[in-house]
Amino acid sequence: MILRRPFFWIILVIAAFFIYAPLRGNDVSLREDLILVAIAIILASNLNLMIGYTGYVNFGHIVFYGLGGYIGLYLATVRGWNLVLSALLAGLAVSVCALLFGLAILRLRGAYFALATIGVLQAVQAFVSNFDPWGRSTGMYLSFDAYQPLGGAMRALWITYYLIIAVMALSMILSLAIKNSKFGMGLFAIREDEDAAVVLGVNATVYKAIIYSVSAFLPAVAGALMFYKNGMIDPSIAFEYMLSLEGIVMLMLGGQGVVMGAALGGTLYEKLRSYLLTSPKLSDFHLVIAGGLLLLVVLFAPGGVMGWLYRLVPRARRVIE
Amino acid sequence: MNSILEVRGVSKRFGGLLAVSDVSFNLGEGEILGLIGPNGAGKTTLFNVVNGVYKADQGSVLFAGKDITGSSPDEVVHLGLARTHQIVKPLNDLTLLDNVTVGACFGREYLGLKAAQAVALEVLQQVGLADRAHMLARSLTIAGKKRLEVARALAAKPKLLLLDEVLAGLNPTEIAQMIDLVRKIRDSGVSVFMIEHLMQAIMSLSDRIVVLNLGRKLAEGRPDEVVHNADVVEAYLGFPDIVDRLTRTD
Repeated sequence: MILRRPFFWIILVIAAFFIYAPLRGNDVSLREDLILVAIAIILASNLNLMIGYTGYVNFGHIVFYGLGGYIGLYLATVRGWNLVLSALLAGLAVSVCALLFGLAILRLRGAYFALATIGVLQAVQAFVSNFDPWGRSTGMYLSFDAYQPLGGAMRALWITYYLIIAVMALSMILSLAIKNSKFGMGLFAIREDEDAAVVLGVNATVYKAIIYSVSAFLPAVAGALMFYKNGMIDPSIAFEYMLSLEGIVMLMLGGQGVVMGAALGGTLYEKLRSYLLTSPKLSDFHLVIAGGLLLLVVLFAPGGVMGWLYRLVPRARRVIE
Repeated sequence: MNSILEVRGVSKRFGGLLAVSDVSFNLGEGEILGLIGPNGAGKTTLFNVVNGVYKADQGSVLFAGKDITGSSPDEVVHLGLARTHQIVKPLNDLTLLDNVTVGACFGREYLGLKAAQAVALEVLQQVGLADRAHMLARSLTIAGKKRLEVARALAAKPKLLLLDEVLAGLNPTEIAQMIDLVRKIRDSGVSVFMIEHLMQAIMSLSDRIVVLNLGRKLAEGRPDEVVHNADVVEAYLGFPDIVDRLTRTD
């Protein structure tokens, strides 16, 4: 049972902190900081299911986030549906798309798969940029009264914040649950040696398609919430290729294959990035530093922060998963 | 004797190379069948056709009365046909326990995680790796990795076990232990089909032997019949009368 795992409760404590910290003193700027950290954790955690658990590098993971944003925003505003329902439907729709994409491109392995994921991102972006109901390349904007159903803009922003924190907690719980399941065991086997896994009885084709689809769900939900909160969406911010790459840096930094690794890497990287972006001297420099950081991690700490911690304190493996 | 495995007229071609050509034989329940032949004879290819890694171009494979021609390896395992690899494929960054648990999880009984771990511990005990259950597979020696291959396959609770050169690269003590293990596996009711280059071992272990050369079945029979078969001796050594020459006492 997942309730017996200490790390499950650690996740809840982390989520409680995210909720409590900005609430105390009604600190809106802290909330805006934490929301970016939460999005980073959501993206890194779900990317971890592909890269860390299954061994398949997805360069186009952001496509789920962006597509979820579009579908969610469309349902919530143009159709006027309930926000939570719209976000869940966006997640579901994107998961189904991912399952179909997955069955097609997961026949590829290694670098070929990675290239195909870039293709998926480009194709979806090109489609959305030419799709009339979604405003083509200018995107969609919310009018201010779109927030009325939630009791005005102020309240709506807090509500979406809590929802995003919930999605963050769910992302980590999902990672933890999969890690401690038979399904996860099958994924690990695929990561280590796909041919051996198949000979041992793992239906790799189905497993890979399922995890690709599962890894799409929560990012899509988060995208729907986030773009609703921002009040606008267009193809270049929805499918930001850089963010896709940065997700991989986060994972390497924190430690791939580890639930806490994705969360820690997401937090550290997001903090570093916002520091660099807002510092007047270094703002154009942040990708250079990200690249250098990735290089250092790959060369000197291939297991990331968590790998380093596990080596230092082997017993930590049992508590911090 | 009932056949657990029937191979009927199986051929497998890679481009211009006919790796396995019209091979047929039966494997009886509870039998140890040896598969020998010079390098490149098509032994591992035949294994790959039997467990579904390759699809046969011609012919059919029946396992426990069921046609499994064209089934994928993971389907074949669920039916109870497990195998080891000549070039070991450990799941390096998983513990031995996890390696074997994968075998039990996705094997014939398709166990849940908890039950699979219990089976895995038993099997690790059986192959003599229980004390290293929580070490990573990459830390094992080659002999350990071969045992791990066998353990993973056994954890699937197979009816038939395909062993691809489990003795190669082992020292004499390890070979003796492995031979002992194979006997015990058979005594527990599992049929065994094994490729082996080590003649002494395969001769003493096998009930019957199939000999492949250049993809064709050259001979089949009891070990003592096979070693005296002129075609077999020629395929291996080049002189049809080498046994007579070497054993002549005048």
